[in-house]
Amino acid sequence: MKLLTCPVNGPRNITEFQYLGPVRAASAEQPEQLIESLFYAENPLGVTREWWRHTPSNTVFVAERHTVSDQIVATYLPSRKPA
Amino acid sequence: MPFSLLKYGLLARHASFRDIPLTPELKRSYDVVIIGGGGHGLAAAYYLSNVHGIRNIAVLEKGYLAGGNTARNTTTIRSNYMTEESIRFYKEGVELFETMSRDLGFNVMFSQRGQLTLAHSEATLRSFHLRAEMGKHVGTRIEVVDVQTVKELCPHLNLDLGGQHEVMGGLWHADGGTARHDAVAWGYAKHASERGVEIHQRTEVTGFVRAGDRVTHVKTNRGTIAAGQVLQAVGGLNGQVAAMAGIKLPIRCFPLQAMVTQPLKPFLDILISSANLHTYLVQSSRGEVVIGGGSDPYQLASTRSTLDQKEHLAEGALHLFPFLHKVKLLRQWAGITDMTPDYSPIMGASPLQNYWLDCGWGTWGFKATPVAGKRMAETIASGRVPDVLKPFDLRRFDSFALLNEMGATAASH
Repeated sequence: MKLLTCPVNGPRNITEFQYLGPVRAASAEQPEQLIESLFYAENPLGVTREWWRHTPSNTVFVAERHTVSDQIVATYLPSRKPA
Repeated sequence: MPFSLLKYGLLARHASFRDIPLTPELKRSYDVVIIGGGGHGLAAAYYLSNVHGIRNIAVLEKGYLAGGNTARNTTTIRSNYMTEESIRFYKEGVELFETMSRDLGFNVMFSQRGQLTLAHSEATLRSFHLRAEMGKHVGTRIEVVDVQTVKELCPHLNLDLGGQHEVMGGLWHADGGTARHDAVAWGYAKHASERGVEIHQRTEVTGFVRAGDRVTHVKTNRGTIAAGQVLQAVGGLNGQVAAMAGIKLPIRCFPLQAMVTQPLKPFLDILISSANLHTYLVQSSRGEVVIGGGSDPYQLASTRSTLDQKEHLAEGALHLFPFLHKVKLLRQWAGITDMTPDYSPIMGASPLQNYWLDCGWGTWGFKATPVAGKRMAETIASGRVPDVLKPFDLRRFDSFALLNEMGATAASH
């Protein structure tokens, strides 16, 4: 069982969470960034920021995770990004 | 062939031979540098050297020959896709498999046993009709079959009548089959190296030297080489290698997990898959039941296995064949799939003049090994992308001309 720490509910089984994809640099609101935001998602080797949702409590938050080691570095609510 | 075999058998002395030569020293310059010593790269090397007469070729492989996704796929060969462009392309691939053992003089154990995809809902059945009609239009053997025919094709399948996953029909694809993945790669490697192609194992590309919109040199951990043309076919690392050349690809990486059971007596003589259960099974010629293919639910570039995915695959397999419940698993593995937004590959030109792409093969690359190799070789030799590859161009994302094949696989993603 892999644990993911929800910023509100604490460490929970990762099966309780829904992956919502990487935090995107490109915005679909900007016409010149539309194709980038639709098709060219972030896919780095290393620590990346991504959206997750704790399904039972409907808590949407950001996780920083390493895409090779699968190690979760930090999780936080989008409104409370640590310095 | 039989006479030469007989002659060989009657020889008093049998000299030992090596199918694939040891890695030689790197030369300073090659006409074509192929990055990636998997099935696709080796097939391209074979066609370039055997058909197009280009022999000054280096295949660069970071690990060992065909040890990436060529070794990790579940060897399904089929052409039952959704769009006309895809079916046309994959059909050519299936046809090349039909004659491959003879063409290569190398037994790839191609077994055209047919693939049955199960429908557990009316909605799935409707999508099957669409796929069947499109397949017939292009000329593949495909039809929607009723429950009675499903029962005849696979008598010991759990139809779950009245249950949650009741089988309501199926998509029967008589052209579907399977082959031995290693043999496919080795056969191509053998014939390519006989024509002078150099296969460099444990040779990792570390960067490129560019002049304007051309790549002039490829940097590796064993030195820098000049390159006339470059083909990239590196599976899970396509995004990273392209980035080194300054090319951005619409690719996200997910591990795809699969497993095999201990060998059993033959009981399953077709390929069977269920899109609803996200599971497919095939019994190998060794008797092992290959069970695939579960994609991890989040982006990752690691080939570790997880209990969650194995349980999920086992659940689907046991639903279809409950009598497998005491069978033990023998091996499990994962490969890194390079997924594109429309579940179709990216083949053909790149933004650079002499840099060609054969990537974005996600969970469906093995079946296309011969046809991708053949058509990419044609592209490189002529400098012109053939019509059959044009729909797979990287620029389709800029013009929203996507080739949606999301529903054409039973792998979960």
